[in-house]
Amino acid sequence: MNVSEKIFAKASGKDEVSAGDVVEAKVDAVMINEITGPLAVKAFGEIGIKKVWDRKRIVMVLDHEVPADSVKAAELHKIMRGFAKEQRISNFYDVGSGGVCHQVMVEKGHVRPGELIVGADSHTCTYGALGAFATGIGSTETAAVFATGDIWLRVPETIRIDVGGSFQRFVTPKDLMLKIIGQLKADGAIYKALEFAGTAIDEMSVSGRLTLCNMAVEIGAKTAIINPDETTLSYVKNRTDKPFKPLRSDLDSNYERNAKFTVDNLEPQVACPHTVDNVKTVTEVEGTPVDQAFIGSCTNGRIEDLRLVADMIRGKRVKEGVRMLVTPASQEVYLRALQDGLLEEFIKAGAYICNPTCGACFGGHMGLLAPGETCISSSNRNFIGRMGSPEAQIYLASPATVAASAIAGEIADPRRVEM
Amino acid sequence: MEIRGKTVKFGNDVNTDVIIPGKYLTALDPQELAKHAMEGLDPEFADKASGGVIIVAGGNFGCGSSREQAPIALKHAGVNGVLAESFARIFYRNAINIGLPVLGCPGILDKVDLGDELYVDLANGKVVDLSKNESFQALKLPDFVMEIIGDGGLIEHLKKRLRRDGLL
Repeated sequence: MNVSEKIFAKASGKDEVSAGDVVEAKVDAVMINEITGPLAVKAFGEIGIKKVWDRKRIVMVLDHEVPADSVKAAELHKIMRGFAKEQRISNFYDVGSGGVCHQVMVEKGHVRPGELIVGADSHTCTYGALGAFATGIGSTETAAVFATGDIWLRVPETIRIDVGGSFQRFVTPKDLMLKIIGQLKADGAIYKALEFAGTAIDEMSVSGRLTLCNMAVEIGAKTAIINPDETTLSYVKNRTDKPFKPLRSDLDSNYERNAKFTVDNLEPQVACPHTVDNVKTVTEVEGTPVDQAFIGSCTNGRIEDLRLVADMIRGKRVKEGVRMLVTPASQEVYLRALQDGLLEEFIKAGAYICNPTCGACFGGHMGLLAPGETCISSSNRNFIGRMGSPEAQIYLASPATVAASAIAGEIADPRRVEM
Repeated sequence: MEIRGKTVKFGNDVNTDVIIPGKYLTALDPQELAKHAMEGLDPEFADKASGGVIIVAGGNFGCGSSREQAPIALKHAGVNGVLAESFARIFYRNAINIGLPVLGCPGILDKVDLGDELYVDLANGKVVDLSKNESFQALKLPDFVMEIIGDGGLIEHLKKRLRRDGLL
């Protein structure tokens, strides 16, 4: 069995499962945020069960519109607080204690290798970076999990993606993922799992692996997963005191197909309006004027991303007429950026620092776009209307490309920024 | 279970941000969400759908976020069901769970025209184009999924199960 099948077998109490089986699985954890959570709370109330199945396996995060940017958002937050109190859910991350839900899940130790995790947010697939099988579900389904702890799932076919080679300077895992998305296309992996392997993955940091797995849903995949190794274990052991049993793919595992990529000579990639699979090299789109440059989100708002951005803009200025927004993915990332002096670099360069939130990435608040404006963003979606006006243009790129573009005032190749 | 309605057509990769943009997600009232259904692709959609329509679309319908507000907005705008070449998985599950019928119909975009009157027999996966007097076979939903739809969505289905097991 491959790693995903092993996790499904364990979660459904079977010796063996294979792709196509529909199983009733017990989840190790379930996550909600304030956009999907209130509907789940309402649906849970309709079931008529008084107590959730296991309060310690539920994680609640306020992240999309924090601090409340409207009375309606404040009401959603209030519903979340009320439910956490009523059900005595201690893994509740209120304003000031967490950040973007997926970053909170991994850095607060709610994800361990070999676990099955569901979350009411499509980017739940991020956790595959730590060797867990994690996938997004909706609110009503979350309510059912709250009541019973289990969920029906189809064991997916797996596409194995082997990645070799070494990245050039200022070319990042985000560029690799955009390249993969551009080739496999938006519907290239519907219902399937991606399993990343190969020397480039072995050498990749946890931060880079999170970026890679985060965007699996953009090609329709149920999740992405990376077999846990020393890098995974040293990250996870620092963040959890709970026992776990890492599972790995057998050498003779079944895969629906294999794909190979190399990052040798990989150029910075840019996803152009209005689909994530409309991917071009930075050379093809450089010179496109930008009004806003956004650094943040569950895709690329981690400390490693912020360090890269700081390295690029140190001693330089954001181009006049461009707004550069930096939104750390969590309070932990924010504090680290403060301690390391990164925030000072951003402010001196003329960037604007926002509090940890999903904010601009999902078009909620903190940096929406006007009609006719163009944004280059380190986030994950460039759909029509995603970041504000349906008449705005969104380009997706790595933090390095976003930083280079903020300085140039137009889409620019980070490899050519003078250091 | 059967559904009927005139068709409205969309292409491939219709995402949840165009079905219901993020800026409206603080609304809890389904009717408020319904007003903005499909706004990203057709600002007049809510008016067009109000009499009851069937959406016919290409592949990967509902890709993007897990927001259940997407099928809720469609359902309350007057969409009786969605027939697409294929669906994004979270949207598909959400639609079934809240009681919006969805059916995979490979080739449907070419077979059916805008405004055709359709009749759909969900249990048998049979689609009849009453305007053209043609019928064709869609992908049948698995029995356990039909059972969820038949029970009126996941919550009612779960309550039935819990009662049966003496847990409710």
